[in-house]
Amino acid sequence: MQQSNTYIILYSAVLTIILGLLLSGSAQLLGPWQQEAIALDKKKQILGAVISAEEIASMTPEELNTFYSTRISSTVVDITGKEVTTAGVSAEKVEIAKDYKKPAEERTYPVFIFHAEGNPEAVESYIFPMYGAGLWDAIWGYLALDTDMNTIGGITLAHAAETPGLGARITEAKVQERYVGKKIFDESGALVTVMMQKGEGKDYSSDAHKVDGMSGATITGNGVNNMLKAYMGCYEAYIKSKSASKAVAVL
Amino acid sequence: MGAETIEKVIEKKPAEPIFSKRRKKLVTDPLIDDNPITVQVLGICSALAVTTQMKPTLVMAISVIFVVALSNFVISIMRNTIPARVRIIVQLAVVATLVTLVSEVLKAFAYDMYKELSVFIGLIITNCIVMGRLEAFAMGNKPYDSMLDGLGSALGYSWIILTVAFFRELWGSGAVFGIPVFQYVSSLFGPDFKLATNGLMVTPVGAFIILGLIVWVQRTKTGYVEH
Repeated sequence: MQQSNTYIILYSAVLTIILGLLLSGSAQLLGPWQQEAIALDKKKQILGAVISAEEIASMTPEELNTFYSTRISSTVVDITGKEVTTAGVSAEKVEIAKDYKKPAEERTYPVFIFHAEGNPEAVESYIFPMYGAGLWDAIWGYLALDTDMNTIGGITLAHAAETPGLGARITEAKVQERYVGKKIFDESGALVTVMMQKGEGKDYSSDAHKVDGMSGATITGNGVNNMLKAYMGCYEAYIKSKSASKAVAVL
Repeated sequence: MGAETIEKVIEKKPAEPIFSKRRKKLVTDPLIDDNPITVQVLGICSALAVTTQMKPTLVMAISVIFVVALSNFVISIMRNTIPARVRIIVQLAVVATLVTLVSEVLKAFAYDMYKELSVFIGLIITNCIVMGRLEAFAMGNKPYDSMLDGLGSALGYSWIILTVAFFRELWGSGAVFGIPVFQYVSSLFGPDFKLATNGLMVTPVGAFIILGLIVWVQRTKTGYVEH
């Protein structure tokens, strides 16, 4: 067999070029479909905070896109709760993972607004994206607040690399359902959010700010807690401004 | 002169049928008698990891069939040109390329599966079955035979992981391919009757138990003993 060093080096170089071209070619070719799949997945996650997973699963991609475009509108706010109206800024384009690295004051915060069916004026809930750190890698999610700007209507949580069967359980409906109906502000109006507890199997239904934990995944649970606290803190000004304007409207 | 006559003799031999007995054996042997998982005990890690549900397991099985068969085929075509000193690297490069292709295709057309399987698709590269077949067969046999050999091993792997997944999903989540079988069966026996699922089956421990049982049953039937 051919054994000279020149042959080996040439062989490796040619092989690398051929395989490299093959891979970059396929990435180029599949790129548009992948972008679409990622965009659709993001919409699924956003909608997951307000409608059930079964409902999402029953929709075709086209139906989901129409549902999203008719029921969801969006805006971008800054840390003071003011809307960002700079040209070119849209909630769909904000990359929360990238913004996460900036100081909280410099980030832009997307808000997705879920409208009632058949009535685009009426708001059903506000959906806030969140991003943070789990045990191994990033975790993120979407929290839906009812129009009282206090009660949690639903939450979706996702992760990059939490342990399957332990931390990865944050993606399960069973875990996410625990947040429904909890409150993020206490009676005095201070932001306390909702804390996932250590251990599993206790009943926290009487406590508006605690949910049952995940056995064996306390650190992921803490990650979720920190993420909730941090991002609700960032959105606090916006949330307060909305609940204040709502109070005026009621009067 | 001598070499030429030998070559002519070989050419005169009638072409082997596409599905000759020997070639069939290449595909069927790894299904039971020489199964990569239960007999050779290769590819165990992914058999434990992806088998909580049938659907991702099926996607994983198809991916492995594609990668093993095709990498065997490609390496076999290249086998006479591959420099011996870098042959593992060359094999690895080919396998890695195929695996990346699978992962890119899944990302484009089955994003949910891509998310669910994520790291395990990438880990096909390190699946011992792939490199094992390349070294043991493809480096010394013709392309078509090598492809059949790869197909056989991958099918042997696939039916085992699908069987494991069937029992794990059924007992762990009470479903088959996401269809809630337990819920349906329970409803037949009245409102108070409820088939319980076993949380152990969802964890890798459950896979170990099922896999162990399959190995036991199979070795009892075939009489295979490790030497």
